[in-house]
Amino acid sequence: MSERKKPITILMADDDPDDRFMTKEAFKEAMLINDLRFVEDGEELLDYLYHRGRFADPSDAPRPGLILLDLNMPRKDGREALAEIKTDPDLRRIPVVILTTSKAEEDIIRTYDLGSNSYITKPVSFESLVAIMKALSKYWLEIVLL
Amino acid sequence: MHGTKESITILLVDDDSDDRFMAKDAFKEARLLNDLRFVENGEELIDYLHHRGKYADVKNSPRPGLILLDLNMPGKDGREALTEIKADPDLRRIPVVILTTSKAEEDVVRTYELGSNSYITKPVSFEGLVAIIKTMANYWLEIVQLPTN
Repeated sequence: MSERKKPITILMADDDPDDRFMTKEAFKEAMLINDLRFVEDGEELLDYLYHRGRFADPSDAPRPGLILLDLNMPRKDGREALAEIKTDPDLRRIPVVILTTSKAEEDIIRTYDLGSNSYITKPVSFESLVAIMKALSKYWLEIVLL
Repeated sequence: MHGTKESITILLVDDDSDDRFMAKDAFKEARLLNDLRFVENGEELIDYLHHRGKYADVKNSPRPGLILLDLNMPGKDGREALTEIKADPDLRRIPVVILTTSKAEEDVVRTYELGSNSYITKPVSFEGLVAIIKTMANYWLEIVQLPTN
């Protein structure tokens, strides 16, 4: 398998504080040591990636190796943020995994069409979320080259 | 997690017959029951996806749920085929995982830019390949929602 590199920063965009907290706990439970950071909507995600506003200092906003993106968020939603990321020549190579409660076929197809790298439906239980974080990290952090 | 995961066709594109044989065995070893099909270069891949030539009969070329794509192949290589797939409004939603011996940073960056869904380096050993196929199948078939046709 691929050599262990410096752990990448994982950036999660989710407007729901409970979901952010659950993910943080699931990361711990899955023994992930990666730098996990959060933004709360698509607007903040783009500010982070472009080092704008409160993310002006690049040391406060290290480039993520993987983005976990919710779809339904206020202000700029996940679809709009995804479209912007995947049309930006400098950002489009960053893998974006959709992590949402939506199971709508339309959302699945549309986000793959926009260039998302995978689409995962958020489970209801914490145990399932831990299992998903384990499988996701095993795939993206141990098998895949980023 | 999904009832239909075994009905997904996986299409592997590789010009090396030993690598195709190894992949077939690794799928068996990983106990994957999916319909695994092979094409031998980028030209054949595009023919398969567009049902052209020997793939004219749609029954012989079911739409893949996942494409595993080698990069270095004669004729149309993986980069060119990837570019065509990801520029085609009907095909671009099919996840394409690069599976190649190349570890060149340039290949990794360029194929992500072209829209590949992931990039995996082929391991040298059979055991390594089985491990990768298992992790990959668990991720794409159990965890991820794939677009239906």
